[in-house]
Amino acid sequence: MKIEKRDVLVIGGGAAGMAAATELKKRGRDVVLVERDHVLGGILNQCIHNGFGLHHFKEELTGPEYAERFADLIHEQHIPTHLGMTITEIDTREAENDQKARHRVYGFSSAQGMVCFDVQAVVLSMGCRERNRGNIGTPGTRPSGVYTAGLAQRLVNVEGYIPGKEVVIVGSGDIGLIMARRMSWVGAKVKAVVEIQPYPAGLTRNIVQCLNDFGIPLYLNHVVSEIRGKDRVEAVEITPRDGSEPFVVDCDTVLLSVGLVPDTEVAKTGGISLNPETGGPLVDYRHETSVPGIFACGNVLHVHDLVDYVTEESIRCAVSVDDFIGEEPAGMQIDIHAGANLKYVVPGRMILQGKNHLYMRSLIVSNHSEIQLTAGERVLFSKKLRHVQPSEMIGIDVPEEILKDIGDGDHLEVHLKEMNHE
Amino acid sequence: MDCYDVAIIGGGVSGAAVARRLSAYKLKTVLLEKEADVSFGVSKANSGIIHGGFHHGKKALKSRLEIKGNLMFDQLQKELHFPFRRNGILVAAFSSEEMRTVEELYQNGLDNGAIGIELCSRSRILSLEPKLNPDVVGGLHAPGGGMIEPYQFVFSLMESALKNGVRLMTDFKVSKAEKRGDCYHMTDATGRTVQAGWVVNAAGLYADEISRIFGAEEYDIIPRKGEEFLLDRNASAFTQRVIFPVPSKVSKGMLVIPTVEGTTMVGPTALIGDDKEDKSTTRGNLEQVFSSARRMIPSVSEKDIITSFAGLRPVLEGNDFYIALSSIAPRLVHVAGIQSPGLTAAPAIGEYVKDLLRKAGLVLEENPEYDPEIQAVPRFRGTEKEELDRLIADNPAYGEVVCRCESISEAEIVTAIRRGHRTLDGIKFYTRARMGRCQGGFCTFRILQILQRETGQSIEDLTKRGNGSYLVSAKVGDMPVEEMV
Repeated sequence: MKIEKRDVLVIGGGAAGMAAATELKKRGRDVVLVERDHVLGGILNQCIHNGFGLHHFKEELTGPEYAERFADLIHEQHIPTHLGMTITEIDTREAENDQKARHRVYGFSSAQGMVCFDVQAVVLSMGCRERNRGNIGTPGTRPSGVYTAGLAQRLVNVEGYIPGKEVVIVGSGDIGLIMARRMSWVGAKVKAVVEIQPYPAGLTRNIVQCLNDFGIPLYLNHVVSEIRGKDRVEAVEITPRDGSEPFVVDCDTVLLSVGLVPDTEVAKTGGISLNPETGGPLVDYRHETSVPGIFACGNVLHVHDLVDYVTEESIRCAVSVDDFIGEEPAGMQIDIHAGANLKYVVPGRMILQGKNHLYMRSLIVSNHSEIQLTAGERVLFSKKLRHVQPSEMIGIDVPEEILKDIGDGDHLEVHLKEMNHE
Repeated sequence: MDCYDVAIIGGGVSGAAVARRLSAYKLKTVLLEKEADVSFGVSKANSGIIHGGFHHGKKALKSRLEIKGNLMFDQLQKELHFPFRRNGILVAAFSSEEMRTVEELYQNGLDNGAIGIELCSRSRILSLEPKLNPDVVGGLHAPGGGMIEPYQFVFSLMESALKNGVRLMTDFKVSKAEKRGDCYHMTDATGRTVQAGWVVNAAGLYADEISRIFGAEEYDIIPRKGEEFLLDRNASAFTQRVIFPVPSKVSKGMLVIPTVEGTTMVGPTALIGDDKEDKSTTRGNLEQVFSSARRMIPSVSEKDIITSFAGLRPVLEGNDFYIALSSIAPRLVHVAGIQSPGLTAAPAIGEYVKDLLRKAGLVLEENPEYDPEIQAVPRFRGTEKEELDRLIADNPAYGEVVCRCESISEAEIVTAIRRGHRTLDGIKFYTRARMGRCQGGFCTFRILQILQRETGQSIEDLTKRGNGSYLVSAKVGDMPVEEMV
């Protein structure tokens, strides 16, 4: 078995991993990047629509273009990269007793066989996966023609195959909306998009550009209550949640866009604690997980709605990894909890002295709300928000100095307060 | 056209077990399967339990064959290398009344000669399975029970039969049969004909129809639907042994099943139906299934569900197996009503049918070239690092992970295809690819590409499980696009 000794191993060569690796290299660290596919870029490669890069590059790019910018950097910086390599295990046993212990991570590829990475730090950036039919428990038969929207996107955009001619899309997540447009463009008829919630799960711009512009009906507050068909999908039954009568729509294809979940399988082998709300690792303000020296960023940490935010977060994570290797002390930290109207807050700990950046996801739709950071009864910081909805991530910078009087006994919470309309 | 000595109708576990047993003799045997692969009918949705020999009294044929079949599994595994674990079965009782039924089961087990069967006190059963609800009052332990993966078992039986000269014809649905002289002429819907002197009717749900086609005994197979839920590999409900409730008169009840591959199954339901094709799942059963299961193992959670599926048991009036020579149609053997514990009994059914045929006059002469062993396929998952390093050096396709959830390499996919499994479901049942938590989201297209490369078929011609289960409609650019106005 080969042994490869480095400062940092980055697992996953998508948007998060590429940003973390390039930032670490820029800071002079000996970093190695591992990707299980045979090309860098991850899911960006199948997102051939535009709208990427508006924040980070200040211009509008397609997914593959966005990926290429970083892939080019990786090559220019001569960052060693293993493609087609699968990581099987993170062995963190030595870290149990020794905070500075090195980690052993095992991976293999057809070209290299088994490789053992002997590293000081690990960046987890494995991204997420799609929830599927079993996760939402759609009853009915099990014919062919039921695909997750991401798989359908790969079939159409990368491989050049059309999964079906008459399509019903379950869930109004962004990939589902984008696939509604894409399927229309290749000649399929998208007969319905069915959303269980009373509001759309995807970005507003996608509702407008992908459904409204194509006259595709969006059924809010409805569920697909049954999938029918013996060999191939023949129809779905759609049931309104207000108690009115179900109706049947004939179709040969069902695409599921019902959410994404962090892909934490490899993280689990390292005994890393997970946040039940995000499904990703629990991290502190440095993006360090419960195991010293193991960091996480991007969609494996929590699912982002814009790749630009993934890049931003991953660069921030890389800076922390650099500090960790440089033995910069972490500073005093305190737990932060998600309170009313928020599904989660990431990271799970804040630093008392220094800048904090928090990502949150709302549980409500509101045009008039305020984010409040509290310690018990005291409001430490608040920020008015114009529009919030569950599909759009909230990111705030918390100014320095705010936590300077906070100590171990304080219960820190962030919540979303709905304000009265005037 | 040649006349086969024996035609077996149906490639489920019974048909495959009979085929393999007969392959030890100098016979020309053909197995006719109406689906695209074997094990695609009743056997596919089986729970995979090797039963412990205590549910029924000795009088039932199924009980005798269950005990005999159970004991054959260790040897079979040595020869056929399918995943098998004798992890034992527990029956958990929650009242003194239930305990009385457990005592009856215990007596059944003693009468049947079930190995090591043991009545358990509360503390004993809790030490055997600490995840049990602490309200348990006692129960039964049958250490001879175990788990297999039903389809992998059927595939390995079939592979062994093929290796020893049996011929398999898939997509062959017998729709007509005529006796001409010593031979039955059987025709399928497309007009293909097969001739055979003896016929074994192992057609599962359709054994009654086959019997009618041959003008043999009249009986009705009633489909009894069972719905099961598959939980994630990481589910905390995973137990050491198979957990049964105390059975009712109609069913063995809702079980918690730790599969041999490390996932957990919960179910099955038992609903009498009238549609032999109705394998739809419903929402309504979920709550009932989970509340029954949670009564035994409180950590069973709906949150861990990966998928649910339904299967149909072929049930005959009287609930016993019907394995007998027809007294109307000459040289036809019925293997009908093979519901639970059919999987456990299957090896014994093979033996039993062989004896029936011999008694009825079929000449059985040992096949000197019979080789009971098939070649084991090294599996990527569970292989030690150093061993994996060697595997990859020998065959780089072991270094390519196709299904990341279940850790299935390209080498295993290629083996499945080369051993005759050419649909997505066939490959899934052979390798477990697409069976994990993402249910094929990442690997489906990789598998299609490998299938295309290995078989020369186009992607448009590939299917999920044969017939009309096509996967893609057209190439991009080949479908007319309506002009936007």
